[in-house]
Amino acid sequence: MKPISRPLLYAGLIALLLVLSGVSLIAGKVWVPFSAWTQPDIDPRWAIVFELRLPRTILGIIVGAALGLSGSVLQGYTRNPLADPGVLGVSAMAALGAVLTLYYGVTAVAPWALPVAAISGALIGVGLLMLLSGTASSLVTFVLAGAILNILSSAGVSLALSLAPNPWAVNEIVDWLMGSLADRSFEEVKMALPFIIAGCGLLLTTGRALDALTLGETGARSLGVSMPVTRWSIAVGVGLAAGASVAVTGVIGFVGLVTPHLLRPLVGARPGALLVPSTLGGAVIVLAGDVLVRMTPAAGEVKLGVAMAALGAPFFLVLLLRLRRKIA
Amino acid sequence: MSLLSCSGLGVTIGSRAILSGVSLMIDVGKVTAIVGPNGAGKSTLLSCLAGLREPSAGSAMLDDAVLSGMKPRDRARRLAFLPQTPEIAWAVEARTLIELGRTPFVGARGQTEADRGAVDRAMKAANVEAFEHRIVDTLSGGERARVLIARALAGEPEWLLADEPLTGLDPAHQLDAADLFRGLADQGVGVVVTLHDLSMALRMSDRVIVLAEGGVLADDPPASALSPEVLRRAYGVEATLTQGPGGPLIDVVRRA
Repeated sequence: MKPISRPLLYAGLIALLLVLSGVSLIAGKVWVPFSAWTQPDIDPRWAIVFELRLPRTILGIIVGAALGLSGSVLQGYTRNPLADPGVLGVSAMAALGAVLTLYYGVTAVAPWALPVAAISGALIGVGLLMLLSGTASSLVTFVLAGAILNILSSAGVSLALSLAPNPWAVNEIVDWLMGSLADRSFEEVKMALPFIIAGCGLLLTTGRALDALTLGETGARSLGVSMPVTRWSIAVGVGLAAGASVAVTGVIGFVGLVTPHLLRPLVGARPGALLVPSTLGGAVIVLAGDVLVRMTPAAGEVKLGVAMAALGAPFFLVLLLRLRRKIA
Repeated sequence: MSLLSCSGLGVTIGSRAILSGVSLMIDVGKVTAIVGPNGAGKSTLLSCLAGLREPSAGSAMLDDAVLSGMKPRDRARRLAFLPQTPEIAWAVEARTLIELGRTPFVGARGQTEADRGAVDRAMKAANVEAFEHRIVDTLSGGERARVLIARALAGEPEWLLADEPLTGLDPAHQLDAADLFRGLADQGVGVVVTLHDLSMALRMSDRVIVLAEGGVLADDPPASALSPEVLRRAYGVEATLTQGPGGPLIDVVRRA
């Protein structure tokens, strides 16, 4: 595929995002046509739009943007198309933080405990990732460090589940772990938005360093890139963005993996040029996924995290096979 | 005149002393070759001189500034470095890769006309204009090496430090690269390279520094630095300097 011009790509992604946002407000178990929006006195369906679907749509956009951007930054930093917050264990660490607050039942008393714990978990996750992989950040050490984090956090979550004080807590934890945008309110938007904006802002500053990293770490340093600054920006940025996302929606995997991969050929593979498109593209993919799960003909709703995993796992496999063919 | 120097430079990794007490002054406008047996510390010395490694003892300086204390961006504007095993992580166009050489100059507004001009000149100098828009994955080893040299030249540096730039090139491309380095030195660039091929060191450089056992064994014009006596002590081989049809040659006869 040939690279396309940047304005065209941005315009296309924004147009797609606007269309999907409209569909996301209209579509669902109850279809709400535009005519219902302007007549709050006559048509009660406007409440569905403004109190349920609007926050849900906004959350889909910001969470997708955070995950898409985190994925493309982590891929640029590790020079590895298989990296994303899920694969590298950052989302799992955030989930562990959140699960602990659910386990101890503190969320009822202090609703802020969950996002704080999730973001702390994510920050500890990225911190450990940087520490474990060291300065010689090779593909193998990164993936191994990610595997360790994933094992560690799933053990923690299992422990919390097996020791849960009552079935209600188990139910809450399991429900939350599956990742969903359903039944969210503006409370969740308010909770996540500041952290996601701060995290994404930080991540968007790393473009030039990621470009230079195309030449490897020594190459980037010789071009005047400060690796400590880059590493800190990425650790804190991914911690905030991915942590806040997990805090409000649970674990939604594969967005960070798939989005940069689909867009990379369109920007000529330069990692810095991929950041803004991945941000927009992540939002598009999460929004599209959420509209789809709402329309599945089932008694309940398929969880978005489950649907994304079902679509993402085969994709991951194809990516792996293609990478193997390239190496062989 | 710019001057690259080090005094009392030592590098210890773990408990092993790689280099100790190395003092050098290197001028611009010359090709300086660093040679020595495997493990003598050639690459380590070069990375200290490039400001990419902080020495454990002594210091490396660019004029009167300590290299490891310089702002990375300021250092990168004056000094380009070509790593030994260059990594190209993504399948970008050759031109995109060469543009990375402008990284220390490009401001928040992106590339300017001056940046594009410098990239054009670097491509011309390294003779890579023909594959400007090719994807680097599709280039041959020699073509890729030239693209990487163009990347280093795009910053129009005062200093070009290259670690084993001739390794992996066929004889024709080795000669091209040697000519390119000579041309740069004639234009006033300070070229410092590490080399394995002693005959190439003899032919392409103005000065040869022979490293052995962590220190400088010889530091002279090529013919005297690469004398049989020095080669015996550095490499443990019997070698003779002969006059070939194309210039001087070093004939390694046997282990000493």
